[in-house]
This record gives sequence, C-alpha cells and structure tokens, in this order.
Amino acid sequence: MIRFDNVSKQYKTQHTPALRDVSVEIEKGEFVFLVGPSGSGKTTFLRLCLKEDKPSAGSVWVAGKNVGKLSSWKVPQLRRQIGTVFQDFRLLPNKNVAGNVAFALAVIGKPRSHIAKVVPEVLEMVGLDGKEKRFPHELSGGEQQRVAIARAFVNRPEILIADEPTGNLDPNTSIGIMKLLDRINRTGTTIVMATHDAQIVDQVRKRVVELADGIVIRDEARGVYGMSL
Amino acid sequence: MRLRFVFGEVWTGLRRNLTMTLALIITIAVSLALLGAGLLVRQQVAQMKGFWFDKVEVSIFLCTKNSPETSCTGVATTEQKDQIAAELEGLKPLVEEVYFETSQEAYERFQEQFAGSPIAESATPEDLGESYRVKLADPDQYSVITSTFTGRPGVEKVDDQKQVLDKLFRLLDGLQAIALGIAITMLLVTVLLVSNTMRLAAHSRSRETGIMRLVGASKFYIQLPFVLESVIAALLGASLAIGAIIGVKIVLVDGFLEPSFQFTPFVGWEAVWQVAVILVVMGVLLAALSAVLTLRRYLRV
Repeated sequence: MIRFDNVSKQYKTQHTPALRDVSVEIEKGEFVFLVGPSGSGKTTFLRLCLKEDKPSAGSVWVAGKNVGKLSSWKVPQLRRQIGTVFQDFRLLPNKNVAGNVAFALAVIGKPRSHIAKVVPEVLEMVGLDGKEKRFPHELSGGEQQRVAIARAFVNRPEILIADEPTGNLDPNTSIGIMKLLDRINRTGTTIVMATHDAQIVDQVRKRVVELADGIVIRDEARGVYGMSL
Repeated sequence: MRLRFVFGEVWTGLRRNLTMTLALIITIAVSLALLGAGLLVRQQVAQMKGFWFDKVEVSIFLCTKNSPETSCTGVATTEQKDQIAAELEGLKPLVEEVYFETSQEAYERFQEQFAGSPIAESATPEDLGESYRVKLADPDQYSVITSTFTGRPGVEKVDDQKQVLDKLFRLLDGLQAIALGIAITMLLVTVLLVSNTMRLAAHSRSRETGIMRLVGASKFYIQLPFVLESVIAALLGASLAIGAIIGVKIVLVDGFLEPSFQFTPFVGWEAVWQVAVILVVMGVLLAALSAVLTLRRYLRV
C-alpha cells in the first residue's frame, strides 16, 4: 500500500537530510507505528506519502502510484484515498461536529443526500452520536480528536495517516483513541501512526518502524517503543 | 459541483471581509467609471471629427486689387484662375469638390456674418475677392493643397479651416488622454487591491483551505469561492460605474450640452451601452485574473 524505495529528502534550508536512503514497505491493512525522537524524520515520512513534499532521491509509492511522478492535478485524487489526523485536531471552530465532517465531503463535491446518510453513520462509529450539534470548543480534547478521525474516515480512505494523534491527550483518553484507530484498522484500512507515546506502542504491540536522524534503525513486526531512548 | 455550498462560502467570505470588499467595490467603480468616461470622450471626439471634417474646406483666396502679397500683381487673371481650376481637377480623388466663390457671393456672406457691425458697412465686393473652396476626401491631407498653391501667382493665401479645428481637437484629445491615463492608473490600483484582498482572504481562511487540501479538494474547488468573491465585487463596482455614466449622459449630455449646442452631435445611448459592456467585461476579467494569479502564490495546492 505504501512503499519507500531508497528515499532521501533534503530540505534546502537544512544541512543534514531529513531522510536518508529509507526503504520501507507497508502492506494493505497493516497498522504501523512510526517512532523516533523529534527531528528524526517521522513527519517528513508522512508528508512524502501525501505529496506535501517531493523526495530528493528514490521513489515513494502510495496506493499503486509513484507519488513523486504524480502530476499536480492528480494530487487531490491521491489525497482522497488518504485520511489524515493531527495532534492539533484542525477542526473548523465555526462549524459544529456534523458540519466539520460534512465539510470534508462537500468540498470534494459529494451530493447532499450522500452526506446526510454517511455523516451520522461515521459519528456513531467514533462514538459521538448525540453530539452532532456541538461546536469544537464545547468538546473535550478526546472528543475533538474523534471528530477529526470521523472527518478523516468518512470518505472510507484506504490509508489513514495519523501524526501524533494522542500528543495532546491524557493517557486514558489516548487509550480510547487507540481503540478507535484499531477498529478502523480492522475494517481493512492501512494505518500509519507517528508517535512519541511509548506506553501506547508497548501496549498495542503492532509493527514498529523506528527512525533516527533520517535513517530506519529498526523495523519489528510486533515491536515495543524501544530501548534506544 | 455543489453550488449551494460554494455560494455559502462566498457569502461568508464577503461578509467577513466587509471593509475590504467595500474598498474593492468602490475602487473598481471609480476606475471603471473613469475608463468609461475616457472611452465616451473618445467616441465623442471621433463623432465630432466626422461631423466637422465633413464640412471642413481649404480656401484658396485669389488676389484682389490691393493684396500686399508678392505673388499678387493686381486682380488674379482669368488664365491664373483656369490654371488653378485645372490643377485642382487633376488632384482628384484627393480633391472631392471644388466650388468657386465670386466676389459678390463672398460679399453677401460677409454682410450676413457681420450684419450690423461697422466693418460690414465699409466693405465692398472688391475688397473680399474671389476664392476656390476645396473639399478634400481626407481632410488630413490639406498640406498638399497648401504647398501646391501657396505663393503661386494670383493666389493671395491658402487658408485651412482644419488647422483651427485641430487646436480644439488637440484639447479634447488631451482631456481624453488624461481621463484614460487616470483610468489606467486606477485599474492598476484595482489589480493591487484585488490581489491584497485575496491575500488577506486566503490568510484568514487558511484553516479551511488547509483542510480542503488535505481531504483532496481540487484546486478549482478551493480557489472558486475566492475568485467568485472578487468577480462579484467587480460586478457590483461595474454596476455603480455604469450607473454613474448613465447619470452623466442624462444630466450633463441630454440635459445640458445637447440643448446648448444644437449644431453638435453628441454620443448616443448606443455608445453608452457599448461602453457598459466593455466595463463589465473589463472589470470581471481584471478581478478574476488578478485573483487567480494571487491565489496561485498564496494557496498552495
């Protein structure tokens, strides 16, 4: 589903490359933790998957397409196959819960009848039924992240990319979010999650890819957060 | 395409940036009004040129008995007159029409023009002399006549009415150039203002556009609300400008100029509607283009 072939990324403003000769293959339906200290290249890895950046060398394959060679007008199509969740939720403060989720469908031109059908479904799935009319500032951090996940998942993407989704949440809330991501993973969605949260990685026991200074230093099938820290 | 959704976004955008939107509408209105005024003055000048140049003549005044010019030795002879008439005939088709005015006719015209003044009473037909009135197919070619006949024996002087009119038209051309110059400057200001407004709008909605990008909205869909905003502002501005021009046409041209200068043709409604179409097209194109160009920089997709 995602394949990095000898990928390097050098930002113009930096001396050392953000990624160095990274080769990773992620199969369809996998759940992968991307771990490593700040600045190790996790976010660069995710940005390359979304074609927010182009690799300096090597090639990135996502959903069967060579992302580096994708022409810019095809990028939106790629992004419709990928859901994204961030540490800071990125909700629209002037839209309520249902409105935030519906926005993601409206801007890709889905008909209103379709939106009216799938938004309640996905809100129920993430456990927000009954809170459709709340605004983001009326929700807890965990609930806001559930809205963000609902928005990322409502179009049933093949891949879900999560950049530190539990970074702003307390441990108990984080567990709830992890359970939700696990449920989504079981529907067949590939999940790549960058995280600092050792406790979660150790508990869930999924595949772990560890980056340090832009190099993959570990890739274990049922890994823990790691002793290198 | 979700039109209701797009127009909802446009409406929120216009309302949120109300002051900038107003500034945009007013600037567009003023610059388009000036452009329209410049275009109409141009039309007016063209129309007046057509009207007046049709009546413009080059006059070849023949010597009278007391002409002081060196080319004159008393009254022009019949041979001299015939020679000039033949040459004028040879200058066709540049020369459209030649009319020979006798002393008596000149005297009558003079009496009519200066009726009641002491000059009219003291003048005699012999003082006024004969002349050829020449109408040219292209009034701009008068120099051919002037250079051919000036200083010729029997010719007192060659007088071109167009030279007088040219001064008037130079003034009108100058006014039109000033109006168009201001209009172009204002349109430049408009472009800068549109681009600045779009930059602000893109910035204030960066959260929305960021999410749109992430969920895979197309570039067209992301930019459309912004472009529509500036196009709507342009349409409102153009309507105001057209209103102003219609006002000027009714009050100044139809209400004042036309009754005061009945011999002059003024721009009609047809010209006003033509200019109105130009203004709408200009305004919309300018707003849309500068919006798209700005967004290309500030809304990365």
